[in-house]
Amino acid sequence: MDQLPVEDMQSFKARKFLMWLFIISSFMMFAALTSGFIVYTEGNAERGIKVLLPKAFIYSTVIIIISSITMHMAYLSAKKLEFWKQKLYTILTILLGIAFFFSQYSAWMVLTDAGAFFVNYNASQSFIYVFTGAHLLHIFGGILMLLYSLIGKMRNIPQVRNLFRIEVTSLFWHFIDILWIYLYVFLLLNQ
Amino acid sequence: MASTAIHDTAVLHHHDDHGHDHGHHKETFITKYIFSQDHKMIAKQFLITGIIMAVIAMILSILFRLQLAWPDKSFPLLETFLGSKWAEGGRIKPDFYLALVTIHGTMMVFFVLTAGLSGTFSNLLIPLQLGARDMASPFLNMLSYWLFFTACCIMMASFFVESGPASAGWTVYPPLSALPKAISGSGTGMTLWLISMVAFIASSLIGALNYISTVLNMRTRGMDMWKMPLTIWAFLLTAIVGVLSFPVLVSAVVLLIFDRSFGTSFYLSDIVVAGQILPNQGGSPVLWQHLFWFLGHPEVYIVIMPALGITSEVIATNSRKPIFGYHAMVYSLIGITVLSFIVWGHHMFVTGMNPFLGGVFMITTLIIAVPSAVKTFNYLATIWRGNLRFTPAMLFAVGLVSFFISGGLTGIFLGNAALDINLHDTYFVVAHFHLVMGAAAIFGMLCGVYHWYPKMFGRMMDERLGYIHFWLTFIGAYLVFFPMHFMGIDGVPRRYYAFTEFAFMQEWLTVNVFITWAAIIAALAQVAFLWNFFYSIFYGKKAPQNPWDSNTLEWTAPVEHLHGNWPGEIPSVYRWPYDYSKPGHHQDFIPQTVPFSETMSSNLQHDFEDNPEAELIQEEWNRKHASKGHAAEEIK
Repeated sequence: MDQLPVEDMQSFKARKFLMWLFIISSFMMFAALTSGFIVYTEGNAERGIKVLLPKAFIYSTVIIIISSITMHMAYLSAKKLEFWKQKLYTILTILLGIAFFFSQYSAWMVLTDAGAFFVNYNASQSFIYVFTGAHLLHIFGGILMLLYSLIGKMRNIPQVRNLFRIEVTSLFWHFIDILWIYLYVFLLLNQ
Repeated sequence: MASTAIHDTAVLHHHDDHGHDHGHHKETFITKYIFSQDHKMIAKQFLITGIIMAVIAMILSILFRLQLAWPDKSFPLLETFLGSKWAEGGRIKPDFYLALVTIHGTMMVFFVLTAGLSGTFSNLLIPLQLGARDMASPFLNMLSYWLFFTACCIMMASFFVESGPASAGWTVYPPLSALPKAISGSGTGMTLWLISMVAFIASSLIGALNYISTVLNMRTRGMDMWKMPLTIWAFLLTAIVGVLSFPVLVSAVVLLIFDRSFGTSFYLSDIVVAGQILPNQGGSPVLWQHLFWFLGHPEVYIVIMPALGITSEVIATNSRKPIFGYHAMVYSLIGITVLSFIVWGHHMFVTGMNPFLGGVFMITTLIIAVPSAVKTFNYLATIWRGNLRFTPAMLFAVGLVSFFISGGLTGIFLGNAALDINLHDTYFVVAHFHLVMGAAAIFGMLCGVYHWYPKMFGRMMDERLGYIHFWLTFIGAYLVFFPMHFMGIDGVPRRYYAFTEFAFMQEWLTVNVFITWAAIIAALAQVAFLWNFFYSIFYGKKAPQNPWDSNTLEWTAPVEHLHGNWPGEIPSVYRWPYDYSKPGHHQDFIPQTVPFSETMSSNLQHDFEDNPEAELIQEEWNRKHASKGHAAEEIK
């Protein structure tokens, strides 16, 4: 019976590892999409992005980098048992995530104004929407996770579990930050 | 201060969970059999769902075999069962024939040999053979099963829609699959196929994440990676392949859904349907093939590797010998895992691929023969001069080795870019993959069912029915697939509806009749299995704790299933799992839980490679007992 808490900690470790594995599989999905883009675009000279990437993508990049910082602050506060700060930074991160959503949406608007629609005979341009759309789904999932850890803190769940939730959430959030930078750089290189 | 807080809450949390555990004692039917989070129950759910899917897929195959053997004959019974829409006048209609082939392939590859095989045995054996109470996340594990079940239901539902199930082959190549108007099967049926696959991918990804995390984090004391049974190595590497390849299929499927329902042109270009030019331009159908086969090829290893792992365990146990070349077995699995990702091009040799690139894919493909041959030779070397016990499980394991050899050999022909010009899309391919990944993997699965049935249900299966099942299936499978090689070499293409239209194919009609009879007999043999399986759940002989005198950890758990697997402490592990017939020991097996201090008479030098102290103790003991032995000799 004395063994059980050890097994509990083991299960936390194992479940945190699940997030790493999820990150790997999610990265594989984007790797497939981007290599699909390369295979497609290289196939014919008429294909390619052939449009200036909207400025909003730069704003998005700034927003998501700041959100990564606030995320880390939330994690540090949770570790130092400064819970009001943890809540504050979590809320800030959520807000930045929502701002990212709108920034990406405005980028789509700019793209459609430039004539680069989703339904397009040059599917290289459709790919921009697929990349950003799939990434936004991840942002949405990240916001749900942030809410989950925020609600947990509001309900005063035990510190081990609080720390576990915020750790896993921040892991995911940093991943989608880096993922966006990868996608943006990829698009810039193929512009 | 923080650390004490953590410690206290950890204890609190544990009590919390503990209360939860007690809740399981008064389980209701729903929590025990339906929404169970216990890995053993989930394994059984996967197995039985897989068996049901296998039976359905087998019936589908018999239906199209009837059409192939007797294309001009009418079977009024078919019209009675299938209705005049699919079997007007008692003959299978061409559209339905294509649907049968497609759904047979999809169900067998994904539902039976991926979910049914990995889902069952990874779930059952990973916690039991590693000494864990359950999976890393029991909840996700349950979710994985229910997503799989949903996928099965959606796939079955496509039989009941107006336009029929998907018919573009299990690889669903666009543009055929992307245009709802192209054939009737590309309508609603194809949409359902895609939805079903998305649910299935989610299920197997969640499952794979759980397997990897459990193997890497939740092994019991003493169970380092090199003491794991080969089954676990196989499940781990299978899950790794799944995690890396299934997301790629997600991408491919998402783009296909956009093409079908939103009007994009990822895969579509220059298409005329029924005299009408479609607006889609600029797409590339070869893109689908790249994305699909980047999953599709690893998928065949997802299918065969668990079967190979199960076979390693069963052959070693029933040969009463240590597995030959344990490390080589592991490294060859790792080799297969790595190589599986760089060979997908061999499915696309004739898509206009650059011949140089084709040469690269040819070389990587042929290299796979090396780890595969290592495994085969190790199986044969393990069997060599063993004290063989031909239990049904052992027979199926040997059957797997046989199919793996005869199917693997033709892979060398097909992997050759030049020969493939002649052989691709013929019955030669059908024969090859049905032997090497179809029959072999099914035999691995059946081998696992016969071997671990006592662990799953606490009862034994009937051996005599097992032997009948084995011999009829084994001979039947060879009679079905072997003649197909010759058809393929003659250039007979796969997926054709009737052999009556082309003069050169007509002479193969008699062979088709022969194959169909063999298939019917092999299918009837499965009745022996099904009867045996379901009858024994309730009325089989009660199983002892360790019916096969096996070394691995699952046989130290009580026969009665309980939540958490072991009452009290989890056993510790002291040795590798293959100490069979070790010289000097009074029994021909030493379970992993027996410490070396209890087996002084059989310990060898290399048991203590990193432990000079233990070596000294052993030497001391040896000296003492050697002099005693001498004394005994002299008295004589």
